[in-house]
Amino acid sequence: MIEVIDLHKSFDGKEILKGITATFETGKVNLIIGQSGSGKTVLLKSIVGIHKVDSGQILLHGRDLVKMSPKEKKEIRREIGMVFQGGALFDSYTVLENVMFPLEMFTDLSYAERVEKAEYFLKRVNLENVNHLYPSEISGGMQKRVAIARAIVLNPKYLFCDEPNSGLDPKTAKVIDELIAGITYEYNITTVINTHDLSSMMEIGDNIIFIYKGLKKWQGNKDQLLNSGCKELDDFIYSSSILKKK
Amino acid sequence: MLEFLYNTGRYIWFLGKVFSKPEKWRIYIRQLFLEFEKLGINSLGIVVIISIFSGGVISLQTAYNITNPLIPTYMVGLTTRDSIILEFSSTMLCLILAGKVGSNIASEIGTMKVTEQIEALEIMGINSAAFLVLPKIVAFVFIVPILVVLSMFFGISGGYFVVSVASHIVNSENFIYGVHYAFQPFYVTYSLIKSSIFAFLIVSISSYYGYFTTGGALEVGRSSTKAVVYSSIAILVANLLVTQILLS
Ligand SMILES: Nc1ncnc2c1ncn2[C@@H]1O[C@H](COP(=O)(O)OP(=O)(O)OP(=O)(O)O)[C@@H](O)[C@H]1O
Ligand SMILES: [Mg+2]
Repeated sequence: MIEVIDLHKSFDGKEILKGITATFETGKVNLIIGQSGSGKTVLLKSIVGIHKVDSGQILLHGRDLVKMSPKEKKEIRREIGMVFQGGALFDSYTVLENVMFPLEMFTDLSYAERVEKAEYFLKRVNLENVNHLYPSEISGGMQKRVAIARAIVLNPKYLFCDEPNSGLDPKTAKVIDELIAGITYEYNITTVINTHDLSSMMEIGDNIIFIYKGLKKWQGNKDQLLNSGCKELDDFIYSSSILKKK
Repeated sequence: MLEFLYNTGRYIWFLGKVFSKPEKWRIYIRQLFLEFEKLGINSLGIVVIISIFSGGVISLQTAYNITNPLIPTYMVGLTTRDSIILEFSSTMLCLILAGKVGSNIASEIGTMKVTEQIEALEIMGINSAAFLVLPKIVAFVFIVPILVVLSMFFGISGGYFVVSVASHIVNSENFIYGVHYAFQPFYVTYSLIKSSIFAFLIVSISSYYGYFTTGGALEVGRSSTKAVVYSSIAILVANLLVTQILLS
C-alpha cells in the first residue's frame, strides 16, 4: 500500500499540490483522474521521487520516501516501474535492448537469460517480430507496450503509468488497460495510473482518486463513480464524455 | 551576470554528478566504445578534409607574403608547420569540432531530457548524468589528440601539396627542409595538452546545456546553439590561459 499524507509541491512559488492525502492499494488498479493541468503528472512524479516535495509524507509500505537518504532511495527505486506519458524509450536502443536494459544494469543474468526474459515480457505485452526495430520505427501504441514491458521486467512492487493510453485509438487503449490490470492482479503489484479517459475509469478503476485544483476531491471505485455526489467530479465526467446526466 | 554565476555553479554541481563511480562497468565500457565511434570515427572525414584545405591555404598565403628575396623559401615550410602545429590543429580544429560534436551532444541529451528518457534512467536508480556524459568525456578527451595528430599530418601535407607539388612556388626539398628546420617537439606536446582541455570543455559544456533543457523541440534547438556558442567561447578563453602558462 502507498499512503500519501498532506503532500505539498510548488514550482516557482505556484502551488500545484495543496495538501493531498490519499491511499493506493496493493493488487489493485489505482487511478488518479482530473483535468489536464490539475497536477496528475506532478503528483505521480512526486510519489516516485522525481520531484522533491515541499512537505508531506509518502509511505511505500510504511517506508517514508521523503525522509530517505539518496542511497535508500536508489534501493527502493529498484522496486518501482514507471511508464511515462510519452513512453520514454531509449531511442538509440532497439526494442529488445530497451527491455533488456534494466536487467543488464541490475541483475547478473547471462546474455542469453536476459534475452529470454526480455522476450518473455515482450510476448506478455503482445509484441512479436519488432524486437530488433528502433522505437522510432514502431507505432505509438507499440511504444507504450514496450515501455510497459521495460517497466515490469524487474518484477516491481509498484507500477506507475502516466496516461498509458492517451493518444491511442479506443481499441488499443482498451488492450493496454486490460494488460496493465492483468499484470497488476497476476503479480500483486500496487499500480497507480494517471488518466482522464472515462472508459479506463469504468473498466479498471478499482480505486479512483479525483484531483481538483491541487486537492483530492473524491476517492471511490468505478461503481461509485457515476453517483459520487461530488459536483466537481460530475462536471468533469459529464463534460468530458458523451454521457448525459439523466 | 547573475545568470553567469548561476550557470557556473550549476555546471560545477553537474560535473560533480558526472564524475561518480559507474554503476556497472561493463555497460560503461560498452557505452565508451559506442562514443569512440560516434564522436571519433565519425569526425575523421571532416578533420582530414579541413586540414588538407587549410594547410594548403596557409602555405599559399605564406608563400605570397614572403616576397623579400632575402628570406629563404624554406621559411614557407617552417611557417606552415608552426601555424598548423601551434594553432590550427588544436584551436581551430577544436572550434570546428565544437560546432559538429557540441551541437550533436547537446541535441542528443536535450532530446532525451524533454522526452523523459533521463527521468526514466533516474527512476531506475541510475545516475543519468554519469551514465550519459562520462563515457563521452573519456572517449573524446582520448580521441581528440589523435585527431589533432592526424590534422597536423594532413595539414602540412596539404601545404606541401599546394605550394610544392601542384604549383611549384617553393621547391620540394626546400619545403621539406623548412618543415624539419628548428623543430620543437614541445610544440606538439603543447598542442596535444591544449586539445585535451578543449575536448573536455566541448563535451562537458554541451552536455550541460543538453541536460538542463526544459520544454520541447524548440528548446532542444536553442540548447544546441548555446552549447556551440559557449563551448567556443570557453575554448578561446582557455587557449589564452593555457598558452600563457605553457609557453611563457
Ligand atoms: N517542472 C515544472 N516546472 C514548473 N511548473 C510545472 C512543472 N511541471 C508541471 N508544472 C505545472 O504544474 C501544473 C500541473 O501539471 P501536470 O503536468 O501535473 O498536469 P496533468 O494533470 O498531468 O495534465 P495532463 O493531463 O495534461 O498531463 C501545470 O500548470 C504545469 O504548468
Ligand atoms: Mg500529465
